[in-house]
Amino acid sequence: MQHYLAFLSEYGPRFFEGAIVTAQQTVLAAVLAISIALIMGLMRLSDQFFVRWAATGYIEVFRGTSLLVQLFWIFFVLPLLGITLEKFTAGFIAVGMNLGAYGAEVVRGAILSVPRGQYEAALALNMSPTQRMVRIILPQAFLAMLPPWGNLLIELLKGTALVALISVTDLMFHAKQINGSTFLSAEAFGTALIIYYLMARLVISPAMRAMEDFMARKMGRT
Amino acid sequence: MFDWKWDFAFEILPRLLWATLNTLLAAGIGYGIALVVGLVFALAQRTGNRPLTIMVRECVEFIRSTPLVLQIFFVFYVGPQIGIVLSPWTAGMIAIGLHYASYLSEVYRGGLDNVPKGQWEACKALNLSPTDTYFRIIIPQALPPSIPGMGNYLVGIFKDTPMLSVIAVAELMHAAIAVGSEHYRYLEPYTLVGVIFLAISLPTAFGVRWFERWVRQSLGMGKQHEN
Amino acid sequence: MVRFANVTKRYGPLTVLDALNLDVNQNEIVSIIGPSGSGKTTVLRMLMTLEEIDDGVIYVDGTPLTHMERGDELVRANNAHLRQMRSNVGMVFQHFNLFPHMTALQNCMEAPVRVLRLSKEEARHRASELLEMVGLADKIDQHPSRLSGGQQQRVAIARALAMRPKVMLFDEVTSALDPEVIGEVLNVIRQLAGEHSLTMLMVTHQMGFAREISDRVCFFYAGNIAEQGSPDQLFGNPENERTRQFLSAVLDAG
Repeated sequence: MQHYLAFLSEYGPRFFEGAIVTAQQTVLAAVLAISIALIMGLMRLSDQFFVRWAATGYIEVFRGTSLLVQLFWIFFVLPLLGITLEKFTAGFIAVGMNLGAYGAEVVRGAILSVPRGQYEAALALNMSPTQRMVRIILPQAFLAMLPPWGNLLIELLKGTALVALISVTDLMFHAKQINGSTFLSAEAFGTALIIYYLMARLVISPAMRAMEDFMARKMGRT
Repeated sequence: MFDWKWDFAFEILPRLLWATLNTLLAAGIGYGIALVVGLVFALAQRTGNRPLTIMVRECVEFIRSTPLVLQIFFVFYVGPQIGIVLSPWTAGMIAIGLHYASYLSEVYRGGLDNVPKGQWEACKALNLSPTDTYFRIIIPQALPPSIPGMGNYLVGIFKDTPMLSVIAVAELMHAAIAVGSEHYRYLEPYTLVGVIFLAISLPTAFGVRWFERWVRQSLGMGKQHEN
Repeated sequence: MVRFANVTKRYGPLTVLDALNLDVNQNEIVSIIGPSGSGKTTVLRMLMTLEEIDDGVIYVDGTPLTHMERGDELVRANNAHLRQMRSNVGMVFQHFNLFPHMTALQNCMEAPVRVLRLSKEEARHRASELLEMVGLADKIDQHPSRLSGGQQQRVAIARALAMRPKVMLFDEVTSALDPEVIGEVLNVIRQLAGEHSLTMLMVTHQMGFAREISDRVCFFYAGNIAEQGSPDQLFGNPENERTRQFLSAVLDAG
């Protein structure tokens, strides 16, 4: 215990630095993932064959391959095609694009879960397709997609650990470095695991639950 | 700009395909561990023993909410620290197996919770033993709705095997990185890795959907059943 | 055959059964009627050991159901005792609770083979006889999802009978059925009643049917028996004000 406290006081600041980078990666990747998910999810439901097909292609490619492969491809291969991304940017873009593909299916499922009668009622009130979607369907779908998004955001947080492999100095990266210089593996990796766990359980889960409560109240479903 | 070299791609393809066998092997072993340990996790939470339930629940939550790649490092490096040296394969299989066991235990739990209460009551009324109740009545019904989840995690474990490259398990990603650094060319190896993954995971996902329908039919259950 | 002695059941602050005393004789057919929430179904569920008893003792064939005699004291029964006692009782549920992954025949064979250790041939013979008795000889290889509600409930009756219980419990067995198939299920029960070789306890909303086949009818109100008697007496000349109100309400409606 004494020994671990000494370890923490020595390396605590570096874990903290890493956690900040992990948090930044998570937030940026989440914003990207949510935007992609909304766009691709709606495109999947389009009546235009080509639009639907493009979204399906995106989703299948990103869900059919590994995040690590995508990350390496974006960081190492894209420059060969003339697109060079800085490692920090490449990191959250890969994570965001990957989770966005999973999110698209959540968005699609949530929209389809809104009862058919709601479309029909909106149509009967002569609302435009955009009004139907934005005013009637999406708000209801939003409530249905919040719980699966809670899980996806935890997956996203976990996914950001891979950016350490392209040397983004996140939590995982520091844990590896500390392990390399001290050989205190249980302490180094164990501490990082606990910090990830706390970020998931004490930040993401409660925030999502609060959001669910808020939305449910707002929509009069409590 | 797009200087893809077909001859180079064909030159390295055999090596990548060999490594793919290791990837499949790793996914298979990991999944086997996950299937069994996951069931243990799920049933341990149904024993009615509260401390055990809470302990297993917390472990599952912890494993599920932390990065697999970090768990792989943890298992691999902590072993020697406490005097157990694990080979990369062993450490990798333990880490990935436990990670997916925690996912699968949730799938099993969902499947078991999904079986209507009346089924348990009917078993009691017919005086079936607990073992017969589980194995003859409950699990056969819990299985079909669990198959999509189990299938998704089969594809999932396969796609997570590249993380094993961080402790030098010689799977596909590891081979691609090796090829890339030997030849200073990353376009072909990394792209081929992506293509190989797609070529395996898409048909697998399709096969899982087919399998689910087949199981439902062979158990004589429609898509939805009353009672 | 069955005796409830001061049996009490509570769900949290709510007392569902309040010191109930009820005796059912061998081969007697007793119907339990009453408003919802009066504890009718709880009586059957306790007898099937699906609910625990908070107070009092239930005796089946003279033996405590969920207790064991240890010296002079009654202690909670162990699993072996419960399983032993359960073999006396069979139950048919409101929602059938057939096993969806087994055919009608398999549903009726499962427990005889697994619990009674009958040979497969013997169990099959018994099951097909019973399925024939309930009029489903042509459906024995169908899964429940292919059967109508009435047919499913008849399979459920055959399944319970295949265990040769001494006491049969029928828990609102027609409540989940479409009106046009209720008759076929009642006919099966009527036939069983005619043989007078089974003790039967039944919770029902079918007043006409209860009056026709019961030896005795119990009207439950607020966790206890408010009135009981022969069908003619209870339906024809109820003494309790609650009984009168209840009967006029259900008879008006139906």
